[in-house]
Amino acid sequence: MREVAVLGVGQTKFGELWDRSFREIGIEAGLQALVDAKLSSAQLGALYLGNMASGSLLSQEHIAPLILDYAGLAGRHLPAVRVEGGGASGALALHQGYLAVASGQYDYVVVGGAEKLTDVPDTTGADITNATADHEWEVVFGATLPALWAMVARRHMYLYGTTREDLARVAVHAHEMGSKNPNAHYRNKLSLAQVVGAGPVAEPLGVFDCAPLSDGAAAVVLGPLESARKHTDTPVRVAASQVACDTMALQHRKDPTTVGSTVAAARNAFHQARRTPADVRIAEIHDAYTIAGLVGLEDLGFVEKGRAGSEFASGRFALGGSTAVNTSGGLKAQGRPFGAVGVAQVVEVVRQLRGEATGRQVSGATLGLTHDLGGTGATSVVHLLERTN
Amino acid sequence: MSVARFWRETPRRYNLGGSKCTNCGTAYFPPRSVCPECPAHRQSIEKMIPFQLSGEGEVLSFTIVHEPAEGFELQVPYVLALVKTVEGPVLTGQVVDASPEAVAIGLKVRATFRKLREEGKAGVIHYGYKFTPVEDLPFAAGPRGPPVPAPSEVPSRDRAPA
Repeated sequence: MREVAVLGVGQTKFGELWDRSFREIGIEAGLQALVDAKLSSAQLGALYLGNMASGSLLSQEHIAPLILDYAGLAGRHLPAVRVEGGGASGALALHQGYLAVASGQYDYVVVGGAEKLTDVPDTTGADITNATADHEWEVVFGATLPALWAMVARRHMYLYGTTREDLARVAVHAHEMGSKNPNAHYRNKLSLAQVVGAGPVAEPLGVFDCAPLSDGAAAVVLGPLESARKHTDTPVRVAASQVACDTMALQHRKDPTTVGSTVAAARNAFHQARRTPADVRIAEIHDAYTIAGLVGLEDLGFVEKGRAGSEFASGRFALGGSTAVNTSGGLKAQGRPFGAVGVAQVVEVVRQLRGEATGRQVSGATLGLTHDLGGTGATSVVHLLERTN
Repeated sequence: MSVARFWRETPRRYNLGGSKCTNCGTAYFPPRSVCPECPAHRQSIEKMIPFQLSGEGEVLSFTIVHEPAEGFELQVPYVLALVKTVEGPVLTGQVVDASPEAVAIGLKVRATFRKLREEGKAGVIHYGYKFTPVEDLPFAAGPRGPPVPAPSEVPSRDRAPA
């Protein structure tokens, strides 16, 4: 296996992009990444596209060749593959692209992630979100994805003394960072009182504990590290790419407050990169629900189980803290276009490692982590990215 | 959801039919054909036998749902819980016949057969398990509504055959 680098990144604005179609945003992100990588499309070997629900959302399956076609590449008959893993689809596509380059099958690939959620009514978007849980044994009995995470939250509060305010701080932080990111869906700040006092979705989670339904796309170009210098002055090495899975339904976890797939993916990623959580200066974690962000910090190994709430309150994960978390605004503020999320997390970390995150730059960052997750954690994907100079 | 998709699950959803591994004794709900607990998974193949849960258990965690799942719009707010059964498996289901304020982690509950939801006016009606507190708990607001008529007062065509 050879070393793989991120050579270029691209991303659309996230939000309610009513005037733009799925194919338009997919193409925009992909072309940005190609231009950023100074790569001719003639050098491309394949396209991997992370997308969760185009069939339910757009009545359109078979979307990888569609994007390839509108990128002008159909005549070259390149392979284009859609990858689906619930909310983790984007990072899962990145893993496939990574393997393809690492194996030597292709030299250069584009990995895109795209989702168009506002072409359907909000209630339909919510039902599609719930489809990442176990339909037959959770949703049929009244469960929603926020309700399942709410039960994780309640158990976490019961076992570890986590408070309502501890949850809310994750959203306050996300909006603070989103206010600094021009691509973010939400750029307004939120106060603790606003989050705690918002209307309930599934208690203890309220409206502001839940990430929005967004449109958006993101893309990266991957290539062999050995030729990365031809494309960029600041190559970012993929130091680890790991996928892990767990039971589909929350009810089958031995401990509902631990996402076993995240624990396994993180352990394998740190092993692959020969690094530890203490080395990570910047992390994009999956905060689709505030409790998911706290549990993620624990399962990734940044804090002991049960301690994420109090550690978050200490400022350790703020922009100036020892590990800056979700400088993009996270899913909560940057937005949650399912298939695009995992790719956009990598875009943010690469920009940070290159020193291009104007207005929210973390100084001296050389190692970053991304954490993408599907449903209540049946799939987790962890990437470690390292600046090589 | 098609009729068949729901109908085929009725033994599980109506009667809490799970499975048990005769190798290690672990019980599962819904039933599994391979035991995740057996160190050599293949040893459990064809050794999983039907096993019915008693429906007794306690609340492991819960939430009060205000933004409902599809088909539950008329039931909000409703309590949804993870219930750890005495046999081991954890089930996801609503807790009913108690005010949300009375539900807590550790509450003893038992499964009860209820209507879950219906698919529009002409669609399939889904039935299955919900949970009720073992001890009578107070309601937060209002009376329970009119008393339920005794079975003898209900016209026979609306009753299940004996």
